[in-house]
Amino acid sequence: MSREDLHSISLLVNNKPGVLIRISLVFARRGYNIDSLVVSPAHNRQFSRMSITASGDPDTLVLILGQLNKLVDVIHATDHTGDVVVQRELALIKVDCTAERRTEVLQISEHFKCQSVDISDTTVLLEATGNSDKLDALELMLEKHGIVEIVRSGKLVMARGASAT
Amino acid sequence: MNAATRTGAQAIIDGLQQQGVEYVFGYPGGANMPIFDALLDSSLKLILVRHEQGATHMADGYARASGKPGVVFVTSGPGATNAITGIMTAQMESAPLVVICGQTVVGNLGLDAFQEADVSGVSYPVVKHSYLIRDANDTPRIMREAFFLAETGRPGPVLIDMPKDIALAPVTLDSGGEMHLPGYTIPTHGDSDQIATVAQCLHEAKRPLLLVGHGALISDAGKAVRHLAERMQIPVTTTLLGKGAFPETHDLSLGMLGMHGTVYANKAVMNCDLIMSIGSRWDDRIIGKADEFCDGAVKIHIDIDATEFNKLITVDYCIHGDARLVVEELNTMLQPGDTKAWLAEVAKFKRQFPLTFKKKGGLKAQSVLYELDQLVGGDAVFTTDVGQHQMWAAQFCRTTERNHWISSGGAGTMGFGFPAAIGAQLAFPGKTVIAVVGDGGFQRTMAELPTAAVNKLPVKVLIINNSYLGMVRQWQNIFFDNRLSGVKLEGNPDFVKLAEACGGKGLRIKRNADIKRVLQQALDYNDGPCVIDAEVEKEDNVFPMIPSGEPYSSMLLENPRTKMAQPRGST
Repeated sequence: MSREDLHSISLLVNNKPGVLIRISLVFARRGYNIDSLVVSPAHNRQFSRMSITASGDPDTLVLILGQLNKLVDVIHATDHTGDVVVQRELALIKVDCTAERRTEVLQISEHFKCQSVDISDTTVLLEATGNSDKLDALELMLEKHGIVEIVRSGKLVMARGASAT
Repeated sequence: MNAATRTGAQAIIDGLQQQGVEYVFGYPGGANMPIFDALLDSSLKLILVRHEQGATHMADGYARASGKPGVVFVTSGPGATNAITGIMTAQMESAPLVVICGQTVVGNLGLDAFQEADVSGVSYPVVKHSYLIRDANDTPRIMREAFFLAETGRPGPVLIDMPKDIALAPVTLDSGGEMHLPGYTIPTHGDSDQIATVAQCLHEAKRPLLLVGHGALISDAGKAVRHLAERMQIPVTTTLLGKGAFPETHDLSLGMLGMHGTVYANKAVMNCDLIMSIGSRWDDRIIGKADEFCDGAVKIHIDIDATEFNKLITVDYCIHGDARLVVEELNTMLQPGDTKAWLAEVAKFKRQFPLTFKKKGGLKAQSVLYELDQLVGGDAVFTTDVGQHQMWAAQFCRTTERNHWISSGGAGTMGFGFPAAIGAQLAFPGKTVIAVVGDGGFQRTMAELPTAAVNKLPVKVLIINNSYLGMVRQWQNIFFDNRLSGVKLEGNPDFVKLAEACGGKGLRIKRNADIKRVLQQALDYNDGPCVIDAEVEKEDNVFPMIPSGEPYSSMLLENPRTKMAQPRGST
């Protein structure tokens, strides 16, 4: 699947049980895969913010956005693909790393402005923040040392300037 | 609890009364007993059904005949899941329902308690919205919201799951039912600039066509559509559910289009240079092969639901708004049109390819429906199931008035017609209401015969009985080399005796000579339901027919002589 087929969608929704299912059903019904999903209460606790990264063809996305906006619990749903937005993601990466290779791994870590948050005899745990492309590149670099585990937060998106997300 | 404090169940009943509800279609069970108890102290009339599917279809028929939401009470677990078919039907047909389900006590939710099912969860894909009430104080608000959501915008079903302990709990903080729906907006007027652009297109078109759907009926756009058609002299075709939005007896009417539409409507579709949909969603029964549909014609779409725009076909202009308000505004911008040459061409299609059938042989479904149409003269409400009988009824029973045609279109639900007729009869007490059904579909919901009988509802049930699941047989005949599989309905009951056994009247039509006499007898019987068993020719097929997913040019006018390839569409 090409990179253009990844979409960043942000939603403002009612903060109550069942809302997430209704939203995920819209994606599932049209065969869209949700690659990442971040939910948190909005500034006004009545609402939640959702940032969804999903892959699929762009024509279907237009239908999906319509269906999302039609849900009574969705205040608004917007596709930010191609928009000027601030995008951030956090990753925790546990690398297979004995003492001999530690310097090399920490060099990579420094280059990508990671924090090393835990070290053991055989592993290093790195915390990285940035846009998703940066985290992809970091992952690729660490792959050759052996990634034991990786957890990524999923993409957070916010519109720049005065525009609303 | 002091005497003035009401319970959640009472708040539900109060909510219904505030909305002016007259009838409730329902079935009790353990979990909704508090609601049934509160019902006793109200002016609401309960129609006690025999199966929950019947309740939802009755409420749907009532809603579509009256224009007011239909209300259903069912109990938890199987009671509620039995209602799901009817809820899905209402969702597909944009019918306003409020379905109130009993539920196990809150503490038992998710613990596989007796008759517990995650009903709001089950409902998500087939409702406009659903609620699980967890605090009795929310009941007044939720009741108001449910009705508001069900009947505004594009109508649909709203489900309320009411745990038994919440139904018994006091409503202590009454917020007065103030609604809180920040994510819900109702489109009204369309964009005036776009309407002006569309007016310009209509003026420029030489061969325009109006495609009128259910949305026009829901928004009561009939008068505005007629004004538009007459002023601009534009022929009108309707969808199956749009029947009644424009009188089918009008000179400009082409009847129904699409898969089993009239040849002249379909020829007009093939030859128009502009097609404007008013409240139709260009569904797959209508467009056939999407990328060849009205190729080259300007396509305009007026709809209250923006998700219908550019869904199956791409249009040139979309107007997002209420059909009546948009067409009324459009009408202020229009000058009389000159479409004489186009109307002459359309008239030629009508002369060349009239809606007809071979009268030779045994009793024809078409003959029965044609005679019925002649007898009632447009002054009857028709409901149908899905299948051959539905298409023949749509072709031969002309609809001239709003809300006089109630059919399961998008959902295609067997068993819809008869209970829907019961609901429609309650909405139109003085009217003739006729359910045209097949022998297959009727057996899904014939359990409601006693419901009609005990309420003395003079519903006519015309069974087009060919002892087959006719439409499936037709497809097996045409596309599966006549390898008939699972379609012969052996052991059908004697429908005449069945009607009598249930306290209704039973009549039979066996020969052409019986048709008028028996139908008249049925129309004259008003003491309860009357079943007319029309034993029609067993192996007749519905034509015209555009095989699903195929272009209009592949329309069949009669049984093909050679074996046909499987059509591209699904069903």
